[in-house]
Amino acid sequence: MSGALPIERVIPPGAARRRLRGRDPLLAGCVVVIAALVLMALLAPLIAPHDPDASDILAANEGSSLSHPLGTDSVGRDILSRIIHGARLSLLGPALVVVAATVGGVAVALVTAWRGGRVDTVASRVLDILFAFPGLIFAILAVAMFGTGLVAPVIALSIAYLPYIARVIRSAAIRERALPYVEACQVAGMSPLRICWRHLLPNLLPYVAVQAAVSFGYALVDLSALSYLGLGVQPPSAEWGRMVADGQAAILNGNPEASLYAGMAIVVTVLAFNLLADRLVRRTAQ
Amino acid sequence: MHGAATAGHREDGVTGPAPTPPAALLSIRALRVDLRAEGELRRVIHDVTLDVAEGESVGLVGESGSGKSMTARAVARLLPEGAVTGGEIVFDGEPVLTLRGAALRRFRRGGIATIFQDPAAHINPVRTIGDHLTEGLRLVRGVDAREAERRAAAMLGEVGIAGGERRLRQHPHELSGGMLQRVMIASVLLDEPRLILADEPTTALDVTTQSEVMALLSELSRERRLAMLYITHDLELAAGVCDRTAVMYAGAVMEVQRSAALNDGPLNPYTAALLAARPRVDARSDRLEAIAGRPRSAFEAPEGCVFADRCPHVEDACVAERQELRPLAGGLVRCRRAEELRGRLGHA
Amino acid sequence: MPEPVVAVEDLRKEFPVPGAPGLVAVDDVSFELERGESLAVIGESGSGKTTLARMLVGLETPTAGRIEIDGEDRSRPGRRARERLERGRRIQLVFQNPYSSLDRRQPARACIAEMLDLHFGLSPDERDARVRELCEQVGLDERQAGALPRALSGGQRQRVAIARALAVRPQVLVLDEAVASLDVSIQAQILNLLADIRAQEDISYIVVSHDLAVVRQISDKGFVMEHGRVVERGSTVDLLDAPQHPYTQLLRRSVPGPGWTPQRRQRGVHA
Repeated sequence: MSGALPIERVIPPGAARRRLRGRDPLLAGCVVVIAALVLMALLAPLIAPHDPDASDILAANEGSSLSHPLGTDSVGRDILSRIIHGARLSLLGPALVVVAATVGGVAVALVTAWRGGRVDTVASRVLDILFAFPGLIFAILAVAMFGTGLVAPVIALSIAYLPYIARVIRSAAIRERALPYVEACQVAGMSPLRICWRHLLPNLLPYVAVQAAVSFGYALVDLSALSYLGLGVQPPSAEWGRMVADGQAAILNGNPEASLYAGMAIVVTVLAFNLLADRLVRRTAQ
Repeated sequence: MHGAATAGHREDGVTGPAPTPPAALLSIRALRVDLRAEGELRRVIHDVTLDVAEGESVGLVGESGSGKSMTARAVARLLPEGAVTGGEIVFDGEPVLTLRGAALRRFRRGGIATIFQDPAAHINPVRTIGDHLTEGLRLVRGVDAREAERRAAAMLGEVGIAGGERRLRQHPHELSGGMLQRVMIASVLLDEPRLILADEPTTALDVTTQSEVMALLSELSRERRLAMLYITHDLELAAGVCDRTAVMYAGAVMEVQRSAALNDGPLNPYTAALLAARPRVDARSDRLEAIAGRPRSAFEAPEGCVFADRCPHVEDACVAERQELRPLAGGLVRCRRAEELRGRLGHA
Repeated sequence: MPEPVVAVEDLRKEFPVPGAPGLVAVDDVSFELERGESLAVIGESGSGKTTLARMLVGLETPTAGRIEIDGEDRSRPGRRARERLERGRRIQLVFQNPYSSLDRRQPARACIAEMLDLHFGLSPDERDARVRELCEQVGLDERQAGALPRALSGGQRQRVAIARALAVRPQVLVLDEAVASLDVSIQAQILNLLADIRAQEDISYIVVSHDLAVVRQISDKGFVMEHGRVVERGSTVDLLDAPQHPYTQLLRRSVPGPGWTPQRRQRGVHA
């Protein structure tokens, strides 16, 4: 009987491994920065020292002071408050792009990887065609047709990013699909939908996370560029790309603060997401 | 070769009189290997002592984690980066573990040739079989191209591949696994080594192909008086082709015996357990005598005898101290109860 | 004569090869498996034994022929969910490689529980009790049952795979080289476990293997396949002790054992 069967034992993987796995200061740093940015966006009205849109023409282009730590812009608005409030629109846009492009891309990837054959061939051709559209031009086209604001560029960029995510996840999904455990699920009688949702997708999540993080960085840069060009978020709404553009004139007058700090906010955010993606890749590879 | 520096070292082995003549071609003494894994040193071999005489074939048998492949790697000087070794390996009078630079290159070209489990991984896929076989002859021995091809084609004939000239133009992917392993053997023989290290050379092959490849290997090594260290997980296969067989467990050699005697008179309880656990092709047993637990690696083995936690004959004293390899009945054994158990081990 | 639990008739599988006639992997194979019996499918790589096993469990569509399991026609993989589940409840498969046949993110217990949820409407308490029962049957302790596959050894993973297959109380268990990648001492544990299970449950085995010693240990009858065809069939004892076909004889001779020496078929042969 089974009771008489010798039970095998395995020494649990060494504590050293767990310590090593858990310890990645760069990854932790990225997570902290991103969490801080998100908190800043969520709590903007509570933490911003001033109303971001309140202009005080008498206090224009002021340097750093106790009441305006980062100074004021050319119409006397508090730069710190605008950066804090700007995080809302600046992060919301890329977040929407990433969610839409990831959901769509992963769905396409799973369907093509699962079905293979003709479905895969057709879908791959369609993706190839989409690759031919540069994201930014696509977005400008959308703005030209549907008007400025956040909605048109977000939709356009979501469509433009989808094939990139779909392509990477598809190849990972094809590898995963070939593992015997997927066949074990089939033999168990599970439906393809259940296998994809309960087994394939969770195992692909590390790849999805990496793609989402990379895309977030790109989307933030693209959307900021659109705002900078005046095609995105319209004034007086606070948004980082918009702030860089608005502050330009003042640079020549020796007051680079508005552009500089907004630009720095963009750089820090993009860097945090790109490094996050890089660290996630390393972790997945382990 | 450079023999002078090592002459004195051979005596400090831990074993006392060995069953082989003293003129061992390869002599491994109290070999110890630690590998660096996740920032810490991990013992994978704690005590391997083994001799291979000129022209002798010795089987090295063990389950996963026993350290058998690591032993082969240590002998071939192919240990991973950061490995720390102790003890001694002497090949043809020369200490192997301390070789460096030009001496190491000479050692790798000359005396020892290795046959791996997966030939496809060790033959460049974009070059022809001919390139692979003649490269060593042309570049190292300075044989001219036409002569090298003639020898390579002749060698393919020796390993049972007909149409040698045509085969030389083929690429690895055009050959089956069994054929590739023959090519591997041919290329090893062209190097004219004195010792062949065969690391599970037939594990990836079908049984019928395995039989042929092993027949070929033992025939050719016998004809050429080559020594062979044959590493495998299959005790019966080793016993079938080797003069003597060593059984490894948890990084230590547990027993060395003449292959012919091993099956009926195992000296170590682990060998006996291994023999009893294997289903037999000629008779069904009601119940296989499984060994409790799972195979250990050297770093997770118990403090005393490494097999103590799974041994059916364990006593308190076994757990208390590490055992040494010592001579018994013309072989070597690592077990404090060996004399007492002798004749009682082995299958019913 | 009672009705066989598996009846296979003239089963054939061709794989298309671009610009060439199809590759025939399984060539008109027929056999019957009685209830409680253990049947060996013996062959080397390229013999078609694995393709045959895959067709039985519905992972591959036969080109021609008929598969009947428990009296129902199962010649093609089920299209609808109900068909798939019904087939899954009757026939299960244990794969060769225990390292990749389990979802690496699923602890053993969850893997077995998912199988139960899929097939039976058990209450959480009933389900947990059955999971415990299965774990005990295959010899997994509490810690192992809660562990992810990577924390388990090869033998333990194969126990999980067996428990998963047994969860639906299948009538047929296909063992596709299920012990081939295990160490000798662990292999013996699993072979004993499989023997115990057959003694306890109303279950039949189809043992797909190249290893004649394993075949001897856990099968009653069998057939030998070469290049997709059955070359010899009979009781296991007859096949191994008095092989008739030259290929069976060659296989038998190739098995190492006491007093065995390797043999070359002939000089200059094309392997």
